[in-house]
Amino acid sequence: MKFQGEIWKFGDNVDTDLIIPARFLNASDKHELAKNCFADMRAGFMDMITPGDIIVAGKNFGAGSSREHAPLAIKGAGISAIIAESFARIFYRNAFNIGLPVLESKEASLSIKEGNQVSVNLSTGEIENKDTGKRFFARPINDFMRQLVQAGGLVEYVKKRKSMNKTYITRR
Amino acid sequence: MPMTITEKILAHHSNLERVSPGDLIEVHVDMALANDITAPLAIKVFNEIGNPAVFDREKIALIPDHFVPNKDIKSAEQAKVMREFATHHNIKHYYELGQAGIEHVILPEKGLVISGDLVIGADSHTCTYGALGAFSSGVGSTDLGVIMATGKTWLKVPPTIKIEYEGKLSPLLRGKDLILFTLGTLGVDGATYRALEFAGSVIKGLPMAQRFTMTNMAVEAGAKNGIIEPDEITLAFVAQRSHRSPLVCTSDPGADYEKVIKIEVDELEPHIAFPHSPANVLPLSRVGDIELNQVFIGSCTNGWLEDLRDAAGVLKGKTVAKGVRLIVLPGSQWIFREAIKEGIIETLLDAGAVIGPPSCGPCLGGHLGILAEGERAISTSNRNFIGRMGHPKSEVYLASPVIAAASAILGSIGGPEEL
Repeated sequence: MKFQGEIWKFGDNVDTDLIIPARFLNASDKHELAKNCFADMRAGFMDMITPGDIIVAGKNFGAGSSREHAPLAIKGAGISAIIAESFARIFYRNAFNIGLPVLESKEASLSIKEGNQVSVNLSTGEIENKDTGKRFFARPINDFMRQLVQAGGLVEYVKKRKSMNKTYITRR
Repeated sequence: MPMTITEKILAHHSNLERVSPGDLIEVHVDMALANDITAPLAIKVFNEIGNPAVFDREKIALIPDHFVPNKDIKSAEQAKVMREFATHHNIKHYYELGQAGIEHVILPEKGLVISGDLVIGADSHTCTYGALGAFSSGVGSTDLGVIMATGKTWLKVPPTIKIEYEGKLSPLLRGKDLILFTLGTLGVDGATYRALEFAGSVIKGLPMAQRFTMTNMAVEAGAKNGIIEPDEITLAFVAQRSHRSPLVCTSDPGADYEKVIKIEVDELEPHIAFPHSPANVLPLSRVGDIELNQVFIGSCTNGWLEDLRDAAGVLKGKTVAKGVRLIVLPGSQWIFREAIKEGIIETLLDAGAVIGPPSCGPCLGGHLGILAEGERAISTSNRNFIGRMGHPKSEVYLASPVIAAASAILGSIGGPEEL
């Protein structure tokens, strides 16, 4: 799977209240949530971006609440992938579960600037800054998470496993 | 091979003799939890999977607590989705308003979680139950929807950071001060993907309410779970509330810790978290003059009966400063009733507090006390991110109920000795 898009840059510790403030959590549809994505930080984010664009952030992206509304709002806004130096644990897990690709790379996070054109190859973890020609490799993910990505999220994965009459995860 | 308490509980729930940090395991879940915000999405996922029934109607807790009593039509619709699902699947632990309160307060209170359990909840503060010597961790709605269908989930075994608290705690200090100080030491991502084990003689001396406050905020350092070894205090709490026999796990001597941090508490002062991070802490003596518009006492962090007792102890015979709104939300219906019996509620009312229903309320900026632009609040809750309790240009300071109550009287942040 390959993506290419323009970069929207964020700093460290972007928490889920910044991604989608709690006052908008009375909805659960991703298109509705997308309208208020980054409401208190970059109001109108969805209208600024072109579908397929990519977020690059610093440390601990998605800290705080377990609200899956946060990755859903970002996905609903049209973002294709998030690259960060690191992610908060629950956000990271949620993103995989709903099929929003997230990649960890400190080098890419430091080097890539807002507005750059960047391509991401999910199968190899390669990130390329088309403007500078610089290439980065994201921290590899384990086999189970790779299978989640290939299936398109946890629900599809569980359904597939169920039809094959297997438990939904193979123990190491 | 010696194991930590976290590793032992995870091994038990994956039917393995032993597990080590980094192992990817499948575990069975003793209790799966969701609230009125996270359940509707989890229910959608459950329906997509297509299983006709939940894995166990007695091992799912669905608690309306965030936007209840319903704050608007959309919230009412979400609560209705959860209520109808609970009725359809005959969910045993669905608690309607009037029977319950905040999820992380009532699960321990009703004995639904005991030592050695493995609890997964679609709420980040699910880590609270670690105070019982249980493994508990927050996930999102998709994970929870899958658990409601299968009773299982996957976990990566976390490395453990142990924090040992030694010395004598000043009478003004609470578990809240210990955890705020600890967050200042670790930072907001200092324990990401880790288990945080709270230990030492100081922890052994804390009542359950203060232990819950500490494990509740483990997630503010990014931790997967917070945990405290069960002792006589834990087991007495559990025995009063549950007929099940607890699985008592403790960390083996020689267990492998990624890091051990020792904290001497003798000289420790009350701590306050400044905007906009729970790790941005200062001791009370360095706070300076910070005038307040609102004080909130409540939440899954500090909505316990002991917390209300602390607040009443400070507020007895005093009055809330002019221009300050003091909002108190008891953590549960049972706590509310006990607080009435003990005279706590009357003391708070006399002081000028407004008492609301058990609800998460203003903690996450939902309702029952939203801040306007430029307003400042001190709160006993767990997060003070930008816009957390209202306008993005409002400010939230975090502290214990003792400090919050004193600040309500002073009209600015301060301790009881300034009264």
